[in-house]
Amino acid sequence: MTTTEPLLQVRNLKKYYPIRKGVIARTVGQVRAVDDVSFDVHPGETLGIVGESGCGKSTTGRAILRLETPTAGSVIFEGTDIATLSAGTMRRRRTDLQMVFQDPYSSLNPQIRIGDLLAEPLIAHHRLKRAAAQARAAEIIQVVGLPRLYLNRYPHELSGGQRQRVGIARALMLEPKLIVCDEPVSALDVSIQAQVLNLLKDLQGEFGLTYVFISHGLGAIKYISDRIVVMYLGKVMEVATTQEIFTAPRHPYTEILLDAYPEANPHLRDRPRIIVEGDVPSPAKPPAGCVFHTRCPSAQAICTTEIPRLSTDAHPVACHFPLLASKNGKVES
Amino acid sequence: MTTTPALLQVGNLKTEFRTDQGTVTAVDEVSFRLAAGETLCLVGESGSGKSVTALSIMGLLADNGRVAHGSILFEDQDLVTLPERQLRGIRGNSIAMIFQEPMTSLNPVLTIGDQLSETVILHLGLSRAQARERVIELLAKVGIPRPEEIVDDYPHRLSGGMRQRAMIAMALSCAPKLIIADEPTTALDVTIQAQILKLIRDLSAETGTAMILITHDLGVVAEMADRVAVMYAGQVVEEADVFTLFDEPKHPYTIALMRSVPHISTPAGDRLASISGSVPSLLQMPTGCRFHERCPHAMDRCRDDRPELLQLSGQNRHTVRCWLYDDAAQPGTTDAKVLA
Amino acid sequence: MGSYLIRRLLIGIPVLIGVTLINFLIINLAPGSPADLYLTPTSTSADVVRVEAELGLDQPIFVQYFHWLVRLFHGDLGVSFQNRAPVTELLAERLGPTLLLMGTSLVVAYLIAVPIGILAARKKNSPTDYTVVGAAFLGISVPHFFLGLVLIYVFALELGWLPTGNMITLGRGGGFADRVNHLILPVAVLATATAANMTRYVRSSMIDAFGQDYIRTAKAKGLGLSTITNKHALRNALIPVVTVIGIDLSALIGGAIVTEQIFQWPGIGLLTIQSIGARDYSVLMGINLIAAVAVFGANLLTDIAYAVVDPRVAYA
Repeated sequence: MTTTEPLLQVRNLKKYYPIRKGVIARTVGQVRAVDDVSFDVHPGETLGIVGESGCGKSTTGRAILRLETPTAGSVIFEGTDIATLSAGTMRRRRTDLQMVFQDPYSSLNPQIRIGDLLAEPLIAHHRLKRAAAQARAAEIIQVVGLPRLYLNRYPHELSGGQRQRVGIARALMLEPKLIVCDEPVSALDVSIQAQVLNLLKDLQGEFGLTYVFISHGLGAIKYISDRIVVMYLGKVMEVATTQEIFTAPRHPYTEILLDAYPEANPHLRDRPRIIVEGDVPSPAKPPAGCVFHTRCPSAQAICTTEIPRLSTDAHPVACHFPLLASKNGKVES
Repeated sequence: MTTTPALLQVGNLKTEFRTDQGTVTAVDEVSFRLAAGETLCLVGESGSGKSVTALSIMGLLADNGRVAHGSILFEDQDLVTLPERQLRGIRGNSIAMIFQEPMTSLNPVLTIGDQLSETVILHLGLSRAQARERVIELLAKVGIPRPEEIVDDYPHRLSGGMRQRAMIAMALSCAPKLIIADEPTTALDVTIQAQILKLIRDLSAETGTAMILITHDLGVVAEMADRVAVMYAGQVVEEADVFTLFDEPKHPYTIALMRSVPHISTPAGDRLASISGSVPSLLQMPTGCRFHERCPHAMDRCRDDRPELLQLSGQNRHTVRCWLYDDAAQPGTTDAKVLA
Repeated sequence: MGSYLIRRLLIGIPVLIGVTLINFLIINLAPGSPADLYLTPTSTSADVVRVEAELGLDQPIFVQYFHWLVRLFHGDLGVSFQNRAPVTELLAERLGPTLLLMGTSLVVAYLIAVPIGILAARKKNSPTDYTVVGAAFLGISVPHFFLGLVLIYVFALELGWLPTGNMITLGRGGGFADRVNHLILPVAVLATATAANMTRYVRSSMIDAFGQDYIRTAKAKGLGLSTITNKHALRNALIPVVTVIGIDLSALIGGAIVTEQIFQWPGIGLLTIQSIGARDYSVLMGINLIAAVAVFGANLLTDIAYAVVDPRVAYA
């Protein structure tokens, strides 16, 4: 683990959405989208957040940027809790925190030329003159590997991969310290995914960026992350280095997730592995005790009643019966 | 070459669409054959023509699309020339289809039972009561819990995985000889995908149903395929059995595609190989080899001459559409001969 | 569903109060006074004051409204200024003919619109489709009064096949056939706009339904076109169509006022025009209340119908 001061500390973050019902629409329950999530992000690293739909990974990412107001908990960025900042102060702070979205089709305004789209935040936040902002846009667009003449084009004239490059360029314009990437390659073709992942890696080296990389794709997560947070039903299951997650997972859910991943190697098709039964429970009615116990192959009586706490050792895991490091015998090819 | 009779033989299929910008060819000279009980994966990126190939076989092209030429022989009947009435007797009966989006592919206002019983009433002539029994049986077979309750539920009450199970039950209902599955797990979470892939594998082993599985995911191909046809820009660029394809890919596109996929069970390399540029637009197909603009091995010949699917010598049914293997190929072999 | 309906009904009370209050203010802002009706050439201004006091018009507007509201809760809508009959009786007498006219129009409009909309959608971008779309556009554009006068001219005056107006032939008792004869022209006028509008909705929502994935699934099952159309597409296409019924009904009320006037149909619409002319405030308020309740009820019914046709809709 690094000893440097974390750039971002997420502490006991909760985001609940009320479920309303009845004649006076009183709150009868809550969807626990994010439930008591804590992790650190160190400067210069990529923290991957992986999990299936409904695990709260995107809500966590949006809460870091205050695109969602947390129900409870803190998001401490460089020593300031941005979860409680006023709107105005947050707006100034937002230049340090940027986001790259999943869908490059809908996250770019179709009516605005790429050049203006990129220059806009500079004019708004740094009160730069239009010409200066445009000049900066011309620099950045080349940094993300697009020719300058694309500045005069509209988003619909670009391919999916090119649009995602524009999305990245827009995030870079304000020279942020942290970029939250929410499923940035999920909508792209395989060969284009590789281009965008490589670009993100190169930019990190060049600008010393810190990433929070949210994805359901284990391949992309493994390739880009230094450390990984595994989430399930709003809770953190496990936090570890990428190496540890993929070679010695301690949470049964992590192991099941890895087993489920279809490897592009037909020789591995009959490998011994666990395919878990059943669906992910609804976050409106999460199971008591450990949220994973309904699908966990090693669940015991205690798992149904007591919520396991995230351990505080070097490889935190929230499980009453964590896997032993030696148990794992992943097939190498 | 193989002596097993083909269940499905697609020969020089060409499918066109009329658009405002003119006629585009989405599938061009696609040929492949499928033996009974075999699983063929059509793999490719968006715009490769893999879904259009499937819809051409089913005769379900949109109004502006048509099969311009070629043949689709299914049990010695050419589906291209078969009248619509007879095609309807085949659809859902001896050829069934599973679609990508389980959320939108089921009718939201009809119960699961309604939708599943339609095929058995239509093709097998069951009564309503018999159909209901059969549907409950099928739902149980695909692993849906409480089938006698689910049969009266509407699709929105089911999770994505359960809906896809219902779609699979629907496809199986008339014991088809061929199932075409178009990205059946793309919309699902990875643990649910593993369940569904296992279900499909088990069921096709049990019933001996042949399958065309369309996917963009090489991982799914590696898990499911007996044979693989790699498609690019409307053409098959390489076809081989799954082990040969992954162990000894020949076409530069196949090779590049495989290198661009991150693996999780082997240590990560520093960089993923990527393919420069993007898939060409159907309106502006490159001349010669359609991959030449993105190919690291492109020669002058690739720009001008269009490569045919070549049978590699010494290999059992391993074909590749690339000039690099021109010398290695058996002289004079063309699509038609490969298939013969 | 139950608690949803109760909530909707409770919300309805302040809405209806608001609507009637605004109506009350607008009616009173209009120049002229109902007292004018009682005046003769020899009346003095003292007479005016006396009549106004008698009618309660001398009090502040809000007090007048409050009195109206209190009476309303006792089921009393006041007395017509014009002929001193209780408003409730007047309305009761006129409601039947209007409901007959509007109901028949609505049914006729739907019977025409649904099949034609489906036909146009199935033959999208064909001459049939263009004809339907063109005719629908014409049907929406032509004003009620114009269409009404043209129909009267052609079918009543020139051809003499149908009566020019009224609900029954006076002095002949009005048997069933006689009533139907009288209904045809006003229904034709009212149904035209509704049918035209509805045809466009049905057409576009059928086209939308035909493009859905589940239709492709249905085709992949080997189902025939008629099953796909009637079972799979139509039921889905009706969902958006149902939502416009509420809007349609409001438009129909507006149309009925004009149509009843043209055909001298003894319904609420005709009463409206007569009461406006006579500045009969209490009758107008009663009519407004009925219209507001009708629109409110239509919207509520729409929501219920929505839940009936779409199993995904569950009100909580």
